[in-house]
Amino acid sequence: MTASIPVGNLRASDLARLAVVGLRTRKLRASLSALGIAIGVAAIVAVLGLSSSSEAGLLAEINRLGTNLLTVTNGQSVFGQAAELPLVGPQMIGRIGPVTAVQYVGSTSAEVFRSPLIPSINTNALTVDAASLGLLADLGTTMAHGRYLNAATATEPVCVLGAAAAQRLGIDRVYTGERVWLGGQWFYVSGILRSSVLTPEIDSSVLVGFPAAMTYLGFDGHPSEIYVRAATSQVAAVDSALAATANPESPDEVDVSQPSAALVAQADAQSALNGLFLGLGAVALLIGAVGVANIMVISVLERRSEIGLRRALGATRSHVRTQFVAEAILLSLAGGAVGVALGAASTAIYASARGWAVVVPPARLGRRTGRRPRHRGACRPLAGASRGAHVADRGPLERVTGQPPAVPLPSCRAGPSLARSAPR
Amino acid sequence: MSASDANVLDTLSMEPALATGQRRGGPAPVLEVEALDKLYPGEPPVVALSQVSFSVRAGELVGIVGPSGSGKTTLLHLMGTLDRPSSGTVRITGLDVARLPDRQLSALRATRIGFVFQQFFLAEHQSALDNVADGLLYAGAGIAERRARAAEALDQVGLGARSRARPTQLSGGERQRVAIARALVGSPAIVLADEPTGNLDSANSQAILALLEALNASGATILVITHEREIAKRLPRQIELLDGRLVADSAGSSPTPAPAGASQWR
Repeated sequence: MTASIPVGNLRASDLARLAVVGLRTRKLRASLSALGIAIGVAAIVAVLGLSSSSEAGLLAEINRLGTNLLTVTNGQSVFGQAAELPLVGPQMIGRIGPVTAVQYVGSTSAEVFRSPLIPSINTNALTVDAASLGLLADLGTTMAHGRYLNAATATEPVCVLGAAAAQRLGIDRVYTGERVWLGGQWFYVSGILRSSVLTPEIDSSVLVGFPAAMTYLGFDGHPSEIYVRAATSQVAAVDSALAATANPESPDEVDVSQPSAALVAQADAQSALNGLFLGLGAVALLIGAVGVANIMVISVLERRSEIGLRRALGATRSHVRTQFVAEAILLSLAGGAVGVALGAASTAIYASARGWAVVVPPARLGRRTGRRPRHRGACRPLAGASRGAHVADRGPLERVTGQPPAVPLPSCRAGPSLARSAPR
Repeated sequence: MSASDANVLDTLSMEPALATGQRRGGPAPVLEVEALDKLYPGEPPVVALSQVSFSVRAGELVGIVGPSGSGKTTLLHLMGTLDRPSSGTVRITGLDVARLPDRQLSALRATRIGFVFQQFFLAEHQSALDNVADGLLYAGAGIAERRARAAEALDQVGLGARSRARPTQLSGGERQRVAIARALVGSPAIVLADEPTGNLDSANSQAILALLEALNASGATILVITHEREIAKRLPRQIELLDGRLVADSAGSSPTPAPAGASQWR
């Protein structure tokens, strides 16, 4: 026969009180280990937040510039030589229904220098392109200084510098009489372009008018790159028709691309790189979790007399275990909450300084996890941390609570050192 | 009659052959220790207790006295179910503790045994009231009930006015009173006090002893462990230990059960 004594259950409110008291009486230690968690969580939140915000910023920029720009480039002939686009390519493309604008440039073989005294080998990797007059609006870029080519200057030895070209030539302003040595003669600089996000190849070009190129640079007038804007809903259809329209004779020798798609891919690639930082954040988090576990191990050992007293007051092993686990979870939650706040704040500050939309992970992660479970571990840093603490806790607790209570209590076996230690 | 009382009687009826044979007349024994041995492993093994037998009835005030190393504290741990004997039997309110699983033992300690320690073991960050209330933490009572009963217990030890004070604001004697209140708050069948005056000066020691006597007079069963003969002499019954053996038991000469308050303290 087994007598049965009703075993009291520890209420949730009592457990919470015990956990709070346990942490409150060891403020410094608790806050230091919470700090470890906080740093890890903050790192993860900030990495995710910053990458999301920068990606959002880039995508917003792409949206502003439009995703309906298509570029037609001369490809290579079957013999591996640069193919030529027909002279009438742009006009033919302009007749495709959904196409709203067609602009084009043609590469010349000319080279450009700051002055005739520069050795001809120092080309600065700059190209000289003949450009159509409406190019600027089509590319979604603007002038940084001066003016773009117009019908008059397009026929004269006048050029416009791309952003990178201006930098390499050492020209940061346009003033009257500014000129560069282009194709063996002076060309006057009428303006400098801003950097073009969609078509970075323009940045390292010096643009001249088509008539001027043909007059002064021996240019044959064939376009090398055609920029096409189409109705956004029809971009795919226009894309498929472009090659055959631009060069009906040999459509194989035409390359068609969509720069915004490349940029989106680039943004994705950037966020893939963030995996590295996420990994670092996870390591910080792991260290934090180990810190919490360590704290709990130490406090279990240090609080043997308290455990002994609780056992004497009638706590079961699971009461004691639950109390310590509750402390660890509370500590992790507190650290995690601080970490999320820190990470969100730093993301907000940095993103607003860069003019990006602020995207903080929880919202972002909901989107991400739907797509791929890549961030699953990181998306619940709090749960991860407390789980780590929980698991790590079991060892020492099992050891201490598994012992008969006389061991933690002052006992003749434990000797006078434990027996005389003052309670904390 | 509660279910647990029924169990006690059940146990007693099934095990009639209690060696002590002291159940005739008077209140039932709340603590029975029978042929207790405790060995600590080693080369050679340390014999802490050897063939110790006695029983304590409800309402008694007993002193266990002996020089240091005589096995007093080991005996306390065995009686308090904090440790298990190498052989022999310990019965608390008739329940053989060797047969109880750990959870049941914990519940037994929570409801039927009160402990008083030499070092008090009070939580410094809690008020005296909450320290006493913690005596009921594992007995399943809600916080309001715990505090109400703690306030009563503090009144009983004469500290009703200082219930908000923290242990650091109390004198040694007062701290021990708080610890005694914590041991009594659950109305346990027996209170085990381990050198309750060991950390106190003589005036405070006398006051604590007077308190224990008063509590005993109102029905509490108290077992005091001490190495001081002077203290033991004040107690109605003394059990003397030497080298792990029971060498003297004044039982019978001056048993002073106090049936009047027995129901209050079980």
